[in-house]
Amino acid sequence: MRFEYAPAPESRSVVTLRDSYGLFIGGSFVPGSSVFKTISPATEEVLAEVTHGGPEDVDRAVAAARQAYERIWSAMPGRERGKYLFRIARLIAERARELAVLETMDNGKPIRESRDVDIPLAAAHFFYHAGWADKLGYAGFGPSPRPLGVAGQVIPWNFPLLMLAWKIAPALACGNTVVLKPAETTPLTALMFAEICQQADLPPGVVNIVTGDGATGHALVAHPGIDKVAFTGSTAVGKEIARLCATDGKRVTLELGGKAANIVFDDAPVDQAVEGIVNGIFFNQGHVCCAGSRLLVQESVAGDVLAALKRRMATLRLGDPLDKNTDVGAINSRAQLEKIHLLAQAGESEGASRWSAPCQLPDRGFWFPPTVFTEVSQAHRVAREEIFGPVLSVLTFRTPAEAVQKANNTPYGLSAGVWTEKGSLILWMASRLRAGVVWANTFNRFDPSSPFGGYKESGFGREGGRHGLEAYLDVLGGGDV
Amino acid sequence: MVLGDPGGIVASDTSLRRFLHGLPGVDEVGARARADTLATRSVKADAKRQALDLAISMIDLTTLEGQDTPGKVRAMCAKARRPGSGAPPVAAVCVYPDLVPVARAVLSSGAVLSSGAVLSGADGEGAGNGQRSGVAGRVRVASVATAFPSGRAAREVKLADVRSAVAAGADEVDMVIDRGAFLSGRYLEVHEEILAVKSCCGDAHLKVILETGELGTLDNVRRASWLAMLAGADFIKTSTGKVAPAATLPVTLVMLEAVRDFLVLGGRRVGVKPAGGIRTAKDAIRYLVLVYETAGESWLDPRYFRIGASSLLNDLLMQREKMETGRYSGPDYMTVD
Repeated sequence: MRFEYAPAPESRSVVTLRDSYGLFIGGSFVPGSSVFKTISPATEEVLAEVTHGGPEDVDRAVAAARQAYERIWSAMPGRERGKYLFRIARLIAERARELAVLETMDNGKPIRESRDVDIPLAAAHFFYHAGWADKLGYAGFGPSPRPLGVAGQVIPWNFPLLMLAWKIAPALACGNTVVLKPAETTPLTALMFAEICQQADLPPGVVNIVTGDGATGHALVAHPGIDKVAFTGSTAVGKEIARLCATDGKRVTLELGGKAANIVFDDAPVDQAVEGIVNGIFFNQGHVCCAGSRLLVQESVAGDVLAALKRRMATLRLGDPLDKNTDVGAINSRAQLEKIHLLAQAGESEGASRWSAPCQLPDRGFWFPPTVFTEVSQAHRVAREEIFGPVLSVLTFRTPAEAVQKANNTPYGLSAGVWTEKGSLILWMASRLRAGVVWANTFNRFDPSSPFGGYKESGFGREGGRHGLEAYLDVLGGGDV
Repeated sequence: MVLGDPGGIVASDTSLRRFLHGLPGVDEVGARARADTLATRSVKADAKRQALDLAISMIDLTTLEGQDTPGKVRAMCAKARRPGSGAPPVAAVCVYPDLVPVARAVLSSGAVLSSGAVLSGADGEGAGNGQRSGVAGRVRVASVATAFPSGRAAREVKLADVRSAVAAGADEVDMVIDRGAFLSGRYLEVHEEILAVKSCCGDAHLKVILETGELGTLDNVRRASWLAMLAGADFIKTSTGKVAPAATLPVTLVMLEAVRDFLVLGGRRVGVKPAGGIRTAKDAIRYLVLVYETAGESWLDPRYFRIGASSLLNDLLMQREKMETGRYSGPDYMTVD
């Protein structure tokens, strides 16, 4: 019989947005030279006006961070720093609904994901690192490892608050202060986080948020007053940052693009593998650096797996990101949508075969239907370039060795997935895949205690876990080891 | 392909094991995660109204207690026919074999028996006549049998149990599989027993209870589902309600995947019945969501999906009234059986 879910939108009334936001420098919001607007990608409506941070604003922010570092934060005992982090973690958890709705409005991702993944994980990162703050002497970097100083951090638009947490939580736990630049299209949850810092009575200057575009990011990364650069974003920008920092001795960690292989063997648990494929590439509209954008499926089961995948894709619900039943939300920006269109067209013109489930796209906003390309070869652009959208390329293989060879045949190396009921094969594959994370019979699972980072052009350095602390500590002999 | 068994799947324990263990495995973590995600679906307004009535029409209203009496069964049957305030009748009542005549007498009296044989073995396809229930005419009588709930009796005793239920007028027979035989790999024995029971059912529909709470793994749930379907089950059912855990969302998810795949492979649509532990409207709606997004809309029909429950009906009625009036009434406004 006909059955259809009624609309179930999450209420926007939990969020109180100001018309205009300044820069968060030295513990308060201050005006800057010019402003820009941030919109909802699902409706194209303007949500708020945000300040564009110029070089002089970056100067002020770095100075505030330096002052806070020297006078307060680096001298504060770890157990006291930990209390602030615990307080921030609790405030994120308390204001989770508000943050989730705002994240969805500004980013376009489904509320189900911001509510069940982004915000709980962001809180978890602060809880986890709060616990490290007074135990750094036991992290394996000597008895009293020292902080680095001021960290300049630039984050992407795909998981705005979560990426902020990945950057700020370890930096603060290790005794550094930060200047963070959120992405141009998704600044709002970072600004709400600034309010949370005020609410937590965090000493002024420990966290500074400077909104703006690539120029602002460039000014921050190039600033002589910072000791450490942490960047998550595109490989092109990452290379530029690496060049910039190569000359001035800054410590750098980069978390860049990916073109992960999700490898399905013929003995895989098919129903769960299909869920893993869907979660791997359509989670967050495919705006995930570790997305499983290349499906490598063993030739003998390719037909069955693809049939099951297409059947499953037909049940994906695309639409209003605030609707609690939405699975696939809006593409974050017009520019990103155009890039996805461009690569999808390249896929067609190079001879791959394109398929999407019948799907009504909303009239306003930026949308792209979940899409799968079959008959893809390693030479096709859709198999080599990061699309960063809901587009899956399907390739086949015959033997485990061929799977490894194809999976590693990419300039990237961020993540991989292996689906098989055979434990020994999982271990054999994991030891040969050149990827920072290998998921076995799951995909896109994150935990603050698990280090995350890439091989090759996917970047260097790890975030999360004990390994992630290293990026924010002076482990090269500067401390009193 | 499967139904004619040209490959000799059911020739021996070995051949059956080869087939059942060759089915794709179930990753427990992944299956649970999928069930958890679907449990977050938000069913509101018109969709909820529709879901509540649909759930009511899918209930096998059940009493399976040693203390059951004819009076209790009559009361339950009266409620099954007219749950109250415009709610649709439930799909069936489910009782022990000795109480089948009582249930049958109440439910046949004055009922519209327009289609005579009432949903015979022909699957009732197309018998819906635009009616949602598709179960023609009256509330059906289901009887548990085969030494329910343990199934620990001689084969002849179990078959006699089935014959007596059918002779007393049961429209549906809920049998239990021999879990001991299943767990020790005597698949052929389980298969033969289901076949034997099926042959005693006549026109009555056969529901095969897997007792998933005793099977231990979701892999076993998938294998037992296929074994029952291969042997001719019209429905596969999770539980007796006498073993904890009874019905769960992950178990039902795996069974729904099995019937979906069986239709693709064998061309026959088998029903699914979670039973035991489903007590609230919210729970029931979660099961409907599971059906909708796993097997598809065509299974959202009392011919292919049932919920075995007793106290659930009152909660559904209460939520239904809340949708209509905007208020909750007290428990005294819901009948006790």
